[in-house]
Amino acid sequence: MTFSRRSFLAGSSALALSSAPIIGRAQGSDKIIFASILDLSGGLDIYGAPMAETTKMAIDDINAAGGLLGREVELKLYDAQSTIQFYTQYATQAAAGDRAHTVHAGITSASREAIRPTLARFKTLYFYNTQYEGGVCDYNCFCTGSTPAQTVAKVVPYAMNKWGKKVYIVAADYNYGQITAQWMQKFVAENGGETLDVEFFPLDVTNFGPTINKIQTAKPDFVISALVGGAHVSFYRQYAAAGMMKEIPIASTTFGVGNEQKLISAEEGDGIIASYSYFEGADNAVNTEFLQRLEARLGADRPVMNELAVRSYEGAMLWAEAVKMAGTPDRDPVIEALRSGLTYNGPSGAVTIDAQTNHCNMNVYISELKDQTWNIVESFTDQPPADTQLVCDLVANPDQSTFLFENGLAAAGIE
Amino acid sequence: MDLVVAVLFQLIYVIANLALISLGLAIIFGMMRVINLAHGEFLMLGGYTVVVATNMGINIWVSMLILAPLVVGIIGVIVERLLIRWLYGRMVDTLLATWGLSLLLVGIVTSIFGASTATTVSPPLGAVRIGAYSASGYELFLILITIALLVAVWMTLRFTKLGLLARGTMQNAEMASSLGVSTSRIYMITFGLGAAVSGLAGGLLAPMTGVLPTIGATYIAKAFITVISGGASILAGTAAGSVLLGGINGIFSFIAGSTFGEIALLLAAIILLRLMPRGITGRFFRKSL
Repeated sequence: MTFSRRSFLAGSSALALSSAPIIGRAQGSDKIIFASILDLSGGLDIYGAPMAETTKMAIDDINAAGGLLGREVELKLYDAQSTIQFYTQYATQAAAGDRAHTVHAGITSASREAIRPTLARFKTLYFYNTQYEGGVCDYNCFCTGSTPAQTVAKVVPYAMNKWGKKVYIVAADYNYGQITAQWMQKFVAENGGETLDVEFFPLDVTNFGPTINKIQTAKPDFVISALVGGAHVSFYRQYAAAGMMKEIPIASTTFGVGNEQKLISAEEGDGIIASYSYFEGADNAVNTEFLQRLEARLGADRPVMNELAVRSYEGAMLWAEAVKMAGTPDRDPVIEALRSGLTYNGPSGAVTIDAQTNHCNMNVYISELKDQTWNIVESFTDQPPADTQLVCDLVANPDQSTFLFENGLAAAGIE
Repeated sequence: MDLVVAVLFQLIYVIANLALISLGLAIIFGMMRVINLAHGEFLMLGGYTVVVATNMGINIWVSMLILAPLVVGIIGVIVERLLIRWLYGRMVDTLLATWGLSLLLVGIVTSIFGASTATTVSPPLGAVRIGAYSASGYELFLILITIALLVAVWMTLRFTKLGLLARGTMQNAEMASSLGVSTSRIYMITFGLGAAVSGLAGGLLAPMTGVLPTIGATYIAKAFITVISGGASILAGTAAGSVLLGGINGIFSFIAGSTFGEIALLLAAIILLRLMPRGITGRFFRKSL
């Protein structure tokens, strides 16, 4: 290509009227395009399927309320099949082909990092609605999920008070697991505990026997897990089969967002502790009403709601509020509206955009599993993304599009 | 001491696990020379049989030990009649055909059961104590049943008329045919048995690993590496390959984590095949089954 799309747009908009029917496709058509790329099949579908349901519900809700600015919102939903290359392909398709006004996409941090640069290049507003390890500092990207300072920092001291100070960490072997494990070690040390060992597992590992032996040898007070995906569910199953759940309890930063509690039996899962920005037990009227409508929509066998699914809904709603406030679906005014400290009152409580980081202040809950159901044992309101705030300031320097924790916390200057 | 026993137990389990997922392939690939890339899907179908059957209220032991091999064995016979029997002696063509079959099976299962992990089947046995350690009773059961399965296959091949005819047919089909053996029937039965053994393995592993349509992919490479490393003798080869590769995998997993365990397994297989291109039984135990 001899010129980029950007210079093409700039040049041809100078020609204004004559070329408007061609370049004006996105703006000219009545519909506002909302693209979503999620893993609806493959090992990560345990996360993606409920997220897709709530995304559809959000778009239907927006349209039922008359659309945005009098225009209908059209959802383009892509299945990335748990394969990174499809993310890149569909992100390009959504940005360049569909001319999407916003793209809500990505589950694993690996998929986010695959598409974030693409969407920044195409100047397409990007929402990442998944809890993750923190550290994205990107003017074009809004990370609405919880980060370690919001959840890990809560669940580690809670579990240490309850069970003891010696901790064994098991985590998935890619950027999320690696970086989250560093946060865990940091919070364990800050609370006067000791990390006995850290182990990482590729996403397709299904035999955890040797690890279970090592855990029995190390005799920690509890295990904290950041395991990811369908194959890793085997860990909990094998751990329970070895009779370990009753001896060495488990806390987790990932167990539950894939509704893993439904994949193992009640007695296998009892006592697991987790912390997220949403559990179904969140006590507010919006949540009650949301769950009722979800059940009316999907029937009694609807998926259990978790942070990823609910935040996908809230992420879409935050964007919709911003479009209304800006009076246009164009990227720059919408980003300004979001960064003005926009708040949306969703099922998880108030979610407020933090302009310094493009992350969110949110409620955080700690829950304990009993009979395949989470029971909230502690809640915290309006928690800031303190981890990313340490390293990222988009107010002072908006022209950024980086993932600051890419090489670990030490490289980002966090001890 | 307890630790040694516990680690040894894990090691034996890893070895048994490899043998279990490889045995069906050893029959179909090692014996019949059909490169069965749908082997992982046979395991997957065994797993789904157990999940569906237990959801229908059938006893888990019946589902695993009887229904899983039966259902997958029947599927194997159908596959052999429709697809494989036209391809004997054409190894590359069997590779392509079974690859297609594998994609088809994944597609069919996905469209019926959905793409998601579909199991709430839990290992049916409690934990066993090894001093200060505890291990899964179900793993112990899997070790025992793998040994029983190897013995059963050996006895079938060694002592039954069917085993004799099957071995004869695989060695020299024309000679067997001219002696009055219906080789086409023998091929069908052998393939069906191979599929049934795979189905049994898949069913037995379902409570440990969960089931999803693409789970075959996690087994297929290991199964092929084990059978090829084992070499020409299907039983001695599978056993020797499993002991060597499983042992190395288990030891390295314990020392350095499962990533290095997998790397060590692959590295060992590469070195082994460089030194012994015809596998372990190409050099040792050459007269064994």
